Amino acid sequence: MNAQEATAATSYGGGIPRINYLNAKTTLASWLLTKDHKRIAIMYLISVSVFFLIGGTFAATIRLELLTPASDLLETGTYNKVFTEHGIMMIFFFLIPSIPAVLGNFLIPIMIGAKDLALPRINLVSLYIYWIAGALALYGLMVGGVDTGWTFYTPYSTTFSNTYVEIVGIAIFINGFSSILTGLNFIVTIHTMRAPGMTWFRLPLFVWGHYAVSLVMVLGTPVIAITLLLVAIERFARVGIFDPAIGGDPILFQHLFWFYSHPAVYIMVLPGMGVVSELISNFSRKKIFGYEFIAFSSIAIAVFGFLVWGHHLFVSGQSPYAGMVFSFLTMVVAVPSAIKMFNWTATMYKGSIHFDTPMLYGLGFMGLFLIGGLTGLFLGALGLDVHLTDTYFVVAHFHYVMVGGQVVAYLGGLHYWWPKMTGRMYSEFWGKVSAMLVFVGFNLTFFPQFLLGYQGMPRRYAAYPPEFQVLNIFSTAGASVLGIGMLMPVIYFLHSLWWGKEAGDNPWLLPGLEWRTSSPPPTENFLTPPIVTWEPYEFGEGSGLELEAERRREAERAAV
Amino acid sequence: METTNWVPLFPEQASTFAWQVDSLYFYLVAVSIAFTIPIVLAIFIFAMKYRAKEKYGSGAEIHGSMVLETTWSIIPFIVSMTIFLGGAIVFFNQYTPPENGMTVYVVGKQWMWKLQHETGQREINELHVPVGRNIKLIMTTEDVIHDFGLPEFRTKADIVPGRYTYLWFQATKPGKYHLFCQEYCGLNHSGMGGWVYVMEQKDFDAWLSGNASGQTPVEMGKDLFENKLGCASCHAGGPQQRGAKLEGLYMSTVHLTGGGTVVADDNYIRNSIENPASQVVEGYQPIMPTFKGQVTEEQLNALVAYVKSLTPGAPTSSSSAGSAAPSPAANTAGAAAGAANSMAPPKADRGKRTAPGSNPNTPANSNR
Repeated sequence: MNAQEATAATSYGGGIPRINYLNAKTTLASWLLTKDHKRIAIMYLISVSVFFLIGGTFAATIRLELLTPASDLLETGTYNKVFTEHGIMMIFFFLIPSIPAVLGNFLIPIMIGAKDLALPRINLVSLYIYWIAGALALYGLMVGGVDTGWTFYTPYSTTFSNTYVEIVGIAIFINGFSSILTGLNFIVTIHTMRAPGMTWFRLPLFVWGHYAVSLVMVLGTPVIAITLLLVAIERFARVGIFDPAIGGDPILFQHLFWFYSHPAVYIMVLPGMGVVSELISNFSRKKIFGYEFIAFSSIAIAVFGFLVWGHHLFVSGQSPYAGMVFSFLTMVVAVPSAIKMFNWTATMYKGSIHFDTPMLYGLGFMGLFLIGGLTGLFLGALGLDVHLTDTYFVVAHFHYVMVGGQVVAYLGGLHYWWPKMTGRMYSEFWGKVSAMLVFVGFNLTFFPQFLLGYQGMPRRYAAYPPEFQVLNIFSTAGASVLGIGMLMPVIYFLHSLWWGKEAGDNPWLLPGLEWRTSSPPPTENFLTPPIVTWEPYEFGEGSGLELEAERRREAERAAV
Repeated sequence: METTNWVPLFPEQASTFAWQVDSLYFYLVAVSIAFTIPIVLAIFIFAMKYRAKEKYGSGAEIHGSMVLETTWSIIPFIVSMTIFLGGAIVFFNQYTPPENGMTVYVVGKQWMWKLQHETGQREINELHVPVGRNIKLIMTTEDVIHDFGLPEFRTKADIVPGRYTYLWFQATKPGKYHLFCQEYCGLNHSGMGGWVYVMEQKDFDAWLSGNASGQTPVEMGKDLFENKLGCASCHAGGPQQRGAKLEGLYMSTVHLTGGGTVVADDNYIRNSIENPASQVVEGYQPIMPTFKGQVTEEQLNALVAYVKSLTPGAPTSSSSAGSAAPSPAANTAGAAAGAANSMAPPKADRGKRTAPGSNPNTPANSNR
């Protein structure tokens, strides 16, 4: 970048810099062949949003079908495909990449004061792999879809299902490499690219969360990838791996599947916890309470997350002694999650709490994740799980964690960093309305499902006994509120791109490194490489930001 | 334990361990409330009290507290351990089938349940059982994984192709209760349900006699063994027989060719019929052909029941107590007599001969 551009990009304090990563080059090729982590993040943002809308449409269809006890809107076969595709699209193509590939990609280099990720080309490759896998999964959907459930349990998936299991299985296999490469890239970047002075304990907790999640991605994803490949091989070549009729073992599949898919739950929630740590601390304008405990609890969750997969198999014919070990470890993994909850709450104590939209989402996350986490204890308790597993209690529990946790955190993070990513501010009013609608709609949708589950309503039922109808009507009504709450950001975010007011470099006067460059940032993130001299979440004099002077300027601006 | 019937949206308690599961549930609800109220209250109070007084003003300088961190690590750990212990105890009750009681064979199939009582009665998608008796289900499937789920009894178990799994319960009050397939099994999964009818003993006896038909599993197995499949040509006939001795086999420890031992439980017997070459008994030639694909799941159940009946005192077999060769007369006395026979106490040395943990689903010790 030459000197003239450099001056243009240093308009600290306000205005959109004339040259930034968005307009530095404008050709299509400059996007498709970019090595800029920020542009790749934007392309991920668009892609995961498409998959979220597809998955959301399936969710709406499911809720409409369940409005009545009979399977009248959809035939059972169609319903089975719809809930399968809902799970596959949401989990593999939305939830897993959402925060890491969009927010993590955009922010990790900026937060640690680097120019880019350590392996920019690999980053672009991982996006292309994601696109190829996504296209293949969509192709599988177009030609007829899959009806195995996102869990692909054998021998149904290998021998009995006449749907497009191979195509979708291979799509998920390919998609795994995207995750692995992203995780690898983050690990290398966090180890090698930190700016001078950015010690491990000065890293924002968002980065710690992503470090933990990257470990899980790199160690866990190969297992699911190879497992689904084995399913495809068994279907193609009739090699007996999982089907007992030809010498395989169906429980083996469940072990392999959950060895990844339980840690995958942590892939889906750890980055969300990282986002929420940022939101709670920054909008309470106070140092986070127990920084080291939150950081290490992320690592503890990542490690213990690998040791609890057997709690999905309590009733599946696994040895009861194994069940006891897995139940014990499941209870242990609850502790680091509890530590995080307590620390976030304590962070608000004697803060100076600002209720901007991202903070509302952050508080929403705390409420929903609290319920999601506590109901996890119900399912981890062996004797109770025997009654609750495979019922709507499980459905409600994991939606509280996945949607109440990850999706709400993702939305909070998008609202929080949107001004940084685009240079524009969205409508604060509609942002708050959306946050409230999501919270209320979510609870109305999923809380009744806990009650349905305890009554015994099985999951994956296209038709159900009539006594369950009233609660299902509540759930469907809630889903429409939730749907509106989640669609609103699409509208006001797009609106803000053209008509939103300019955000300025640091709209909330926050100390993080990402707020010390322009909005949107220049291609190389910082015009002069930063040197970090302050502690994380430093709102006092030590931040080097002259927040006091900024505050005065802000007050004067408000007076005018 | 009928105190919870007033709770709305709550399934009936119809088995002996239902109250245990419900107590665990209420304990967890209490724990959840005990954690939720302080946290939510704190969030609300902090949100009100520390609401920004000045835009972009800073909060207090607090970094953390070792005392607090330790407290809120240890308390959740202790609470979670109580949950683990409670869960494990209830689980042990749910998954330890009693030695005595009536056996019902269950075969799952896309998308129906086929059940057979040890007195020979067959049922489809319905199960009739007497109140106050231990009912043990021996279950397998012809195709994919299913799950025999009984919400009012607070228990369920997956049914896995190629092996047996078990479920047991004792119903506490007469009535009609849900049976759901709780593991997704394809197209008509949501239609794969039925009812369990719990009846007073005399009603059950009447139902049984009204339905009496066919052979008992042991009789059917004997017929297959001696006539239809020709097993007896190798496995019977005394010291000269070519096949392994089956008398006294059940739950004994078998030495295999090439080293290693295995406890001859239901799954072992089943596997030896389907894949004889996989576990050859020491001292015998691997000459037995496989019967995989030649026998149906019901016939397999019958064969296993017959082989078990050759071991005196083997549990869950109506006519086996005390006699090596079951006589048809043992069954004519009716279900009550059959059950009374099978309630004979297990042999004292059984607990010793059964290696604990070798197969998770077999009763590993004789206490219940």
